[in-house]
Amino acid sequence: MLLKLESRGEISRSMLYATPLIAVVLTLITGFFLFVFLLDPSKNASAFDALYTFFVDPVIASGGIAELLVKATPIILCAIGLSMGFRANVWNIGAEGQFVIGAITGTIVVLAFYDVESVFILPMMMVAGTLGGMAWAAIPAFLRTRFNTNEILVSLMLTYVAVLVLSWAVHGPMIDPDGFNFPQTRLFHDSALLPIIWEGTRLHLGAALMLLVVLAAWLIISRHLIGFQIRVIGMAPKAASYAGFKEKKLIWLTLLVSGGLAGFAGILEAAGPAEQLVPTFPQGYGFTAIIVAFLGRLHPVGIFMAGLLMALTYLGGENAQIMLGMPKSVTGVFQGMLLFYLLATDVLIRYRVRIGSAVAKSANA
Amino acid sequence: MSNSVHNAGSVPRLALKGVTKQYPGCLANDSVDLTIMPGEIHALLGENGAGKSTLVKYIYGVVKADAGEMRWNGELVDVVNPNFARRLGVGMVFQHFSLFDSMTVEENIALGIAPELAGPGLDKRIREVSEQYGLPLDPKRHVFSLSVGERQRIEIVRCLLQDPKLLIMDEPTSVLTPQEVERMFVTLRRLSDEGVSILYISHKLDEIKALCHNATIMRAGKVVGDCDPQVETPKTMAEMMIGTHLVAPQRDETMVEGDALLVVDGLSMEAEDEHGTSLKNISMEVRSGEILGIAGIAGNGQTELMDALSGEVLADHENVVLINGELAGRMGAGERRDLGVGFVPEERLGHGAVPDMSLWENAFLSGMKRKDLLIKGFMDVVKTVDYAEKIVKNFKVKTSGVDHNASSLSGGNLQKFIMGREIMQDPTVMIALQPTWGVDAGAAAAIHQALFDLAKKGAAVLVISQDLDELFAVSSRIAVIAEGKLSPAKPVEDLTVEQIGLMMGGLHGMPDEGGQKRVA
Repeated sequence: MLLKLESRGEISRSMLYATPLIAVVLTLITGFFLFVFLLDPSKNASAFDALYTFFVDPVIASGGIAELLVKATPIILCAIGLSMGFRANVWNIGAEGQFVIGAITGTIVVLAFYDVESVFILPMMMVAGTLGGMAWAAIPAFLRTRFNTNEILVSLMLTYVAVLVLSWAVHGPMIDPDGFNFPQTRLFHDSALLPIIWEGTRLHLGAALMLLVVLAAWLIISRHLIGFQIRVIGMAPKAASYAGFKEKKLIWLTLLVSGGLAGFAGILEAAGPAEQLVPTFPQGYGFTAIIVAFLGRLHPVGIFMAGLLMALTYLGGENAQIMLGMPKSVTGVFQGMLLFYLLATDVLIRYRVRIGSAVAKSANA
Repeated sequence: MSNSVHNAGSVPRLALKGVTKQYPGCLANDSVDLTIMPGEIHALLGENGAGKSTLVKYIYGVVKADAGEMRWNGELVDVVNPNFARRLGVGMVFQHFSLFDSMTVEENIALGIAPELAGPGLDKRIREVSEQYGLPLDPKRHVFSLSVGERQRIEIVRCLLQDPKLLIMDEPTSVLTPQEVERMFVTLRRLSDEGVSILYISHKLDEIKALCHNATIMRAGKVVGDCDPQVETPKTMAEMMIGTHLVAPQRDETMVEGDALLVVDGLSMEAEDEHGTSLKNISMEVRSGEILGIAGIAGNGQTELMDALSGEVLADHENVVLINGELAGRMGAGERRDLGVGFVPEERLGHGAVPDMSLWENAFLSGMKRKDLLIKGFMDVVKTVDYAEKIVKNFKVKTSGVDHNASSLSGGNLQKFIMGREIMQDPTVMIALQPTWGVDAGAAAAIHQALFDLAKKGAAVLVISQDLDELFAVSSRIAVIAEGKLSPAKPVEDLTVEQIGLMMGGLHGMPDEGGQKRVA
């Protein structure tokens, strides 16, 4: 038996936006069966209860929305930056590393001004974090534009370097002098912590900044010359060179923007929920952001929605661990299923599957 | 010419009745009838979007019709796929070849025919068939080393090996020199004499007159008439095709030529990839008010020349290209545009326009600076939409709105849009590669008229084309490019189609080697 994919020709626009929803529904259905098999009988919960615990409980809990936004902020910021590059066929896979480096460079500012109380500290941290992420992304940009190396490999490998740099920093130069030699930095002092914008929750200023970034990205990608250039070079590279757009410039730009936003997200995370750096600081947000960027169709608003959904899988996973005794990897399974179904439905709206030997050969054979 | 007598018997080889195919938003075929007798060479004529391709695809089993029937030698058949069509005896030579460059002729043919034919002895059969029909081919040669004409022969031989009863040819001569065309016609007439029916799709009306026995004319999905090309003139056929009276564009003989606005002086460029053509010491001048034509067979350096002139590939020295007197050899496409150069590349979708962007965004693509469509880095949507609408109106682009994607336009309409977009920026130098390639007669006339008007306003216009009729119609001087070298330009009055054809083949009349400076 032979499976063949045949192009469907025109792609329906409504299907293009419907596929993420279909993917979500399929994930839920599969998740249901997963729970049927995984649930510990002694817990006395049905698969419906499990889905409820996973997807509904986190939101309706008190402060659930705030928690969701806190979780989603770094993911969405990274995904927005990545989407700019992805649209221009620049594949930065290393947002995780840029996130970590941004957190480190931002934290250097915190530690340098540890005894200073000033409103300028937070802005300085943000600038330092952004610059750190940019610098880390500049490495693949330079290698790609100068030596034509593959930015996917370079940016990915630099992620592991970044995690080791973090480990070295919190064991060595940035270690908390009063921390009984635990590998961690000092807790950030008040001037270096993001103000809470919703009393009684952990919702911090970073979420509001994230919203601004989403809106700005939307404006830039749809109406600014830079966004136009990014879209043209992604959709029709020859048309971009015809119009005189400079490919190298755009490679630099998209890598710096995505690195910068990842670094920015990194210092927001450090100055928000984390309050210090520890070796386990990276949570995989930079990788999750790749899924989010595609789930959101590389569109800022779509990314915002997808980011919230992905944050929900994190919270739901934690909930399932606590309430149902599920393994932690359930979160990863759900995220993987989501991406898998999205890619599958994407293929199926572009192609139809034919089975068997009576397959029409290509017309020009 | 041989007007062969159709084979005896009154059973048509192919008879279509009431073929109807509805695409979303467009009735591609509206109860089309078509009859082809054994040994008949039948022309299928029509503007772009008239429904010729859909009809041919139906015959070849690529698309299914919503209604209608097909009879093959009198028997009702349901062609479910191209394989079935091939087994019936339908062979098709596509407009765009599907060959693998790095494989040999034999390997390419083996890939595209029934497995039982592809076995041992294939190279012998290829030699036999190619000699028998005057289509010389060496089965062991690699495709990348062959000319476009030779590549087409591969496709034809591939069809002939399967012993077809009906041969469908889609725009087969667009890549051939006049001499090659004549040779191919000899082959086709022989096939016809042997009883093979040929369905010949072309927009070159002279060829249809010279070759075909009958013609079916389609317009907007319907058959609007049948005619005998022998008694019609190209002009009357063109009028049937577009449905209105055709006004041939007229060159204004009183055009005054002024300063040289585009000067190329000793431009040499290494090919970027191994199958490309290197440019060798190209020199020419295009003066204000004139249209210079460059003839040549595809793949002789036209694309490379266009890239070098548009700034998509930079020359080694800034002084080899002068635009409006400025040294422009090292300037990028954007800077050359700022100097007032308009470009119309060969490939409309993906090069001259972004397929999945709206028309107004495509207007913005090249017009942003010259038409002042930016406010502090942001797109001035109102002004851009207005500009796009003016292009659509002035150049009679058929579209339901500038919000629609470029890919929704037919080739001719998109070409009019691109041409209009460039012209409305008032370029002082205009460079167009294959401006009417695959464009119907009505749109071609409009595009030619636009080029005349532009030259009349004092622009220097350069047209690079494989279509000699086009070059003779628009140019005041013609040069020939062959193997990356450019001949001196001569006034059209002093040239004949045959001379140009020979030069295109690189036989003689080319400038000597050795860096002798010639200014076209």
